[in-house]
Amino acid sequence: MATVELKNLRKTYLTEEIIKGISLSIEEREFVVFVGPSGCGKSTLLRMIAGLEDITSGDLLIDGQRVNDVEPGKRGLAMVFQSYALYPHMNVYKNMEFGLKLSGMPEAERRAKIEHVARTLQLEPYLNHKPGQLSGGQRQRVAIGRAIVRNPKVFLFDEPLSNLDAALRGQMRVELSALHRKLGATTIYVTHDQVEAMTMADKIVVLQKGIVEQIGSPLELYHHPRNLFVARFIGSPPMNFFSAIFQGGDAAGSSVQLRDGSSLYVPVTSPGLLPGTKVTVGIRPEHVELASSGPNSGVVEVIERLGAITLVHVRMPDGEIIVVQTDGAVLTDVDTRVSLTLPPRNCHLFAPDGLAFEACHRHPLAA
Amino acid sequence: MQAVLEHSPPAGATVQTAKRTGFLLLSPSVLILLVWSIVPLVMTLWYSLQNYNLVDPTLHGFAGIDNYWYLLTDPDFLHALLNTLVLVAGVLVISIGGGTLLAVLYDQEFFGRGIARIMVISPFFIMPTVSALLWKNLMLHPIYGVYSAMMRAVGLTPIDWLARFPLMTVMMIVAWEWLPFAVLILLTAVQSLDGEQREAARMDAAGPIARFRYIILPHLGRAISVVVMIETIYLLTIFAEISVTTAGGPGVASTNLAYLIYSRALLQFDVGGASAGGVVAIVIANIVAIFLVRAVARNLEA
Repeated sequence: MATVELKNLRKTYLTEEIIKGISLSIEEREFVVFVGPSGCGKSTLLRMIAGLEDITSGDLLIDGQRVNDVEPGKRGLAMVFQSYALYPHMNVYKNMEFGLKLSGMPEAERRAKIEHVARTLQLEPYLNHKPGQLSGGQRQRVAIGRAIVRNPKVFLFDEPLSNLDAALRGQMRVELSALHRKLGATTIYVTHDQVEAMTMADKIVVLQKGIVEQIGSPLELYHHPRNLFVARFIGSPPMNFFSAIFQGGDAAGSSVQLRDGSSLYVPVTSPGLLPGTKVTVGIRPEHVELASSGPNSGVVEVIERLGAITLVHVRMPDGEIIVVQTDGAVLTDVDTRVSLTLPPRNCHLFAPDGLAFEACHRHPLAA
Repeated sequence: MQAVLEHSPPAGATVQTAKRTGFLLLSPSVLILLVWSIVPLVMTLWYSLQNYNLVDPTLHGFAGIDNYWYLLTDPDFLHALLNTLVLVAGVLVISIGGGTLLAVLYDQEFFGRGIARIMVISPFFIMPTVSALLWKNLMLHPIYGVYSAMMRAVGLTPIDWLARFPLMTVMMIVAWEWLPFAVLILLTAVQSLDGEQREAARMDAAGPIARFRYIILPHLGRAISVVVMIETIYLLTIFAEISVTTAGGPGVASTNLAYLIYSRALLQFDVGGASAGGVVAIVIANIVAIFLVRAVARNLEA
């Protein structure tokens, strides 16, 4: 098992800089997920680590060794591709054997290893099948098996579940987590799906336009987003935002005035901010509470009933839509007037430059 | 709904009408195809059983299997048959071997690739007669040819290619014409290879040769069998190149079946003998086609 370290990694295509200086260190046995919207450079970054893309500048260290100029096959990594990239003319056994054969491993040893991995992944009945005869989930497992037999220092996954249907994706997610626990291998996983990121990661790296927006544990990102982008990106349905005027703050919190004149005292620090500055208040749909009367009232425009929960879309007087996630049995109807309560301890404040105010108390799960 | 059901004719009748219409619409093309292929075939079969020589009108009438007997016992025929097979096999090996390597080469990024690709394809657009003449007079001529000049420049004696190695030279000319076709088909096949598969092979520490041997070549299997099939069909009937360069000679050194039939019919005016040759050629082509189509079809299914 190995550590991976990125030191100010950059990548330029022609004149455009795609990866703008990323530094990151990945510990042994850690499961790191790169997440971000499409075009954020997460796949490029993974391919740079794999050696499939050149590194323009910066250092990539695996186990403390600089590997910038080492061939992909010699870095001791194994990659699972989005399309699985199985060799279509070889059967499952030969697919897994290919890398081992090229590395000159003796026949008996190869066979023992492949059979062991096939047993772990329940692929034994399919060893003589060609990839074309397998289902999506089975192909996925073969691709993972092909990575495991090589006994790599680091596993790389490039959106491996995006070609599977929803049910199978959920199942493979659990299997991958279990497999990671069993093998204890350092893993780098790229996805655009935040559910995958939240459920599997030890550490999430949120990327946007080639820069790191935040690095942290899943719940750290959820409870203490560093800026507006992370706040908007993590969580589904996304966080609600409205503008407010900063009024003043002390060591225990900051007070802001909302559009309708009501004020809110949020337990976040606000060093050096002038009263009167425009700030953004953010609150997740699951934290907004519905009330029949009171301030912050709006009209219910859409109701999405998902059974266990209900999503209520409320049109506020200033035209903005606030989404409220509430109990599945709530009786509110479309076109009725409702009031919203915003519990201050669940509110986030963002300065005009998008950065979040430091919370006075860290969430216990995101310490 | 009820009304519609009552008024619509029974289903069987509709099918009958549709069948008749289909047959009527198809019949012109079927008729033309019949006239085009069956009539010449029957005429060839008929002539092959006749004594029919244009220079000797007194000799005529039913010949039985004489024409076939003379043909099959003629040493020229065996020679021509062998030449046909050597030509087909030789050109296939050169065009597919070279074509595969060139296809992989032209798949790489390099400066001027677009122009280079057009140039490698262009021999295919030149008429066989023209390219044979170009090779005969411009490149290989023992006195004026480019190769002769090159050989003289380094002090070697020029070779009269068409006289010394007639079959090899014809093979080379035909291969030059068909190499672009192979490159074209194989290049598109190489380009259709999934990029992630190549990358997976790189992650498996496969070098360029291992990638070619284990990833690219198997991927090209189908395209290669298509090229083999199409080229074989055309190569069995090479004519223009032989006619323009060696006229089948010296002797019958570069005569293939197609040229043998031509020389029987139009140089010796023996229509009966030539027809027998034609029938034999049809039989051979069909034997080859059956084996080929079977092999290729199996490959395409896999």
